[in-house]
Amino acid sequence: MINITTNIEGEDHIIMVEGDVDASSSIHLDEALTELANDDSVKYILVDGSQLNYISSAGLGVFMSYIDDFKNKSIKMVIYGLSEKVSNVFQILGLDQLMTIVSDKKEAKEKLHEVQS
Amino acid sequence: MISEKGLLRLSILFAILCWLSLVLADLFLLFAEINDANAGITKEIPQLLLSLYIIFVYFFFKIRIQKAESINFIDLLWHVFSTGLIVSLVQLAVSLFFYLLSDSKLMQNPLMVNFFYHLNLGAVIIFLVSTFIVWKRLILYQKNKRLLVIWQIFEYSILASLLYGFFQTSSQQWLFNGLLGIFLLYGLVLSFNLKWIAYLNFKQKWRSILLLALVILYLYYFINNLFGFSTEFNLVMDLLDNVFILTIAGFIFIYALISILVILFNLPTSSVFEQKISEVLNFQRLSQSIQKGDNENQVYEVLLESSNNAVFSTSAWLEIYEEDETHQVLKSNINDLKITQVRKSIQDSGLYAYLNKHKLNNFQKELNLNKLTTNLNDPDYGSALVMPLIIQDRQIGLLVVLKDVSDGFNKEMISIISSFVNQACISIENFELLTEALRNERYKEELKIASRVQKSLLPHSLISDKEFEMHAFYESADEVGGDYYDFFKTADHKTAVIIGDVSGKGTSASFNMSQMKGVFHSLVQFDLDSKTFFTRANHALSHCLEKTSFITAAYYTIDSNEKSISFSRAGHCPGLFYNKTENRTEYFHNKGMGLGIVRNDSFEKYIDTSKIYYNAGDILFLYTDGIIEAKNEKGEEFGYDRLSSYLAQNNEKSPKEIQNGLIKYLYDFIGTENLEDDYTALIIRFL
Repeated sequence: MINITTNIEGEDHIIMVEGDVDASSSIHLDEALTELANDDSVKYILVDGSQLNYISSAGLGVFMSYIDDFKNKSIKMVIYGLSEKVSNVFQILGLDQLMTIVSDKKEAKEKLHEVQS
Repeated sequence: MISEKGLLRLSILFAILCWLSLVLADLFLLFAEINDANAGITKEIPQLLLSLYIIFVYFFFKIRIQKAESINFIDLLWHVFSTGLIVSLVQLAVSLFFYLLSDSKLMQNPLMVNFFYHLNLGAVIIFLVSTFIVWKRLILYQKNKRLLVIWQIFEYSILASLLYGFFQTSSQQWLFNGLLGIFLLYGLVLSFNLKWIAYLNFKQKWRSILLLALVILYLYYFINNLFGFSTEFNLVMDLLDNVFILTIAGFIFIYALISILVILFNLPTSSVFEQKISEVLNFQRLSQSIQKGDNENQVYEVLLESSNNAVFSTSAWLEIYEEDETHQVLKSNINDLKITQVRKSIQDSGLYAYLNKHKLNNFQKELNLNKLTTNLNDPDYGSALVMPLIIQDRQIGLLVVLKDVSDGFNKEMISIISSFVNQACISIENFELLTEALRNERYKEELKIASRVQKSLLPHSLISDKEFEMHAFYESADEVGGDYYDFFKTADHKTAVIIGDVSGKGTSASFNMSQMKGVFHSLVQFDLDSKTFFTRANHALSHCLEKTSFITAAYYTIDSNEKSISFSRAGHCPGLFYNKTENRTEYFHNKGMGLGIVRNDSFEKYIDTSKIYYNAGDILFLYTDGIIEAKNEKGEEFGYDRLSSYLAQNNEKSPKEIQNGLIKYLYDFIGTENLEDDYTALIIRFL
């Protein structure tokens, strides 16, 4: 089961991912990210993973496929709030080297806007 | 035991012998009487012979007629008719003989007269007994136990009456009449078992009447003939004194007469009965047509034909809606132009609108059958009945039946057409389900083949080396999986080992896995260091994998000269190593990146290479994330700690024992046999 909600805080778009992201539910994550990627006004994306229980290789594949996309459109994305277990999965695959993963929302907001200043 | 054929022959033989003895005995008696001599035999002897003759004839026909398997009533009646014909020919021949010689002295000879009478007697008994047995079959058609008992009492009583002849005296005339009366009354009651008549069609009924009338005619002629002899001549043996013969003759007459009358009164309603029978048969055809391997079109044809016949319609057509929006139309006595006209006429009546309303509702509500018929404003047709063919909530066709009169469809007709249509829909649905099941079966077969092919991609035999022993285990959740392991001896002292996991599951994962195998075997030949190996592999796979797919792998090179393991990790779960000397396990947490994630030259910088040295008793344990992520009922993962402590505790065992123990531990932990993911483990124990 998965539940994805998108909120807007100023110029930041916050995607909240709850539950398990497996082969079938990863489609919903993909849809949510596509929507943001196609919206020209979107520049900053925060992914709230605090309620993310499990992510399968298919789910990781979804995040991975947007790395280049976001870079080309100069969209910045930061993931925060991952549990140790989920964070470990990102690390093992090496995605932590390509994406910004931080522990909490405050830090995430700082990371998101620091380079610009 | 004597065969049936043998019994038949024996009974003929005995019957003939009895008849000949009877003739001889009677003539002998007569001769003695004429010459006033003592014949030396009593009157009971011929009586006994006659009874025996009757019994053998009875026995013969009982076997012969009972054994006929199929009950064809007309054939039975025909049998009676032909027997009667032969018997009457015999009698005619005798009469002709008498007629020709009526003036001669010979005819005055009682011996001669009695001889011819015996000829007649034998023939008439054959006719009577065989007809009696046929009647028995007719009466007992669709018998129940009660009827059977009643019949058997009748049959055995009549046979018992043969004994009566032995005690015959003139004073017992009242007994004779009484017995005859009771038997005939009993026979009359039995004669109202006429179920067979209902199964005759119109033509068969007429033929039955004709045949039965002929039977009565024969009977009249035979009895008349016997009377003639009886009054005209002095007979040693008069058949008319025999209760048995008279009862049977009377019974045959009564049954034939009642049958004729009942058939006559049944004639007007026989068409209705035939109609019902044909409806039942059509139902059978509809439901059986699929089993016989016919295709859907044959079902449609049967439906159109049956509906047409069931309501005596003038014309009809059946529209079948194919999946590709095309219509197929089966026509019966109507052309395309007329169909267009009638459609318009039905449209005007608002019937299509009614159907469309239900169609929008996916036919959830029951159709009001009475609303499916309408009168038409058309020169050729007065009324129409429109019936949709519905499977579940999908309309697959439309049946339109037309009549030249208005208000041509009554409630029964509508319901019978509706039943036909339902039956056809069930048949079509079964057919579709069957086809689908077959297709699924084929897919399953294909998957089995894929599974076999994939298993063959994994190494069959493991390397045996004096430096280490190795064991591997692979189990996939689906028929095909995405886990991969392999190894290759690059030199005498060097072995390359790879373990990998393709993102996603099932068929697509297994295709990518076979690409990985290709990449491994191409690159391993060059004896590359693990970092270069992955850089090149990533380069190659970047062109092969879909955007969202990636492969994780770990590559180990074991050098037995140096006693070293150098390795890199391309996003795969860290390898587990057991150090015997320190009795300690550790996971190799070096830097890495999955293959296909970064699809450019910068990939290289995300990969580390590490090197460790091993000693005897150390264990390298490689696995895929299926083992770590296996969950129990509470949603708890098997995890890294359980795995490492298990390995530490079992380090003394051989790789195979370690693997078997681990699998048992794992299955006990998850508590079910159903795998969520693929599991792979590769265990190397250094010697």
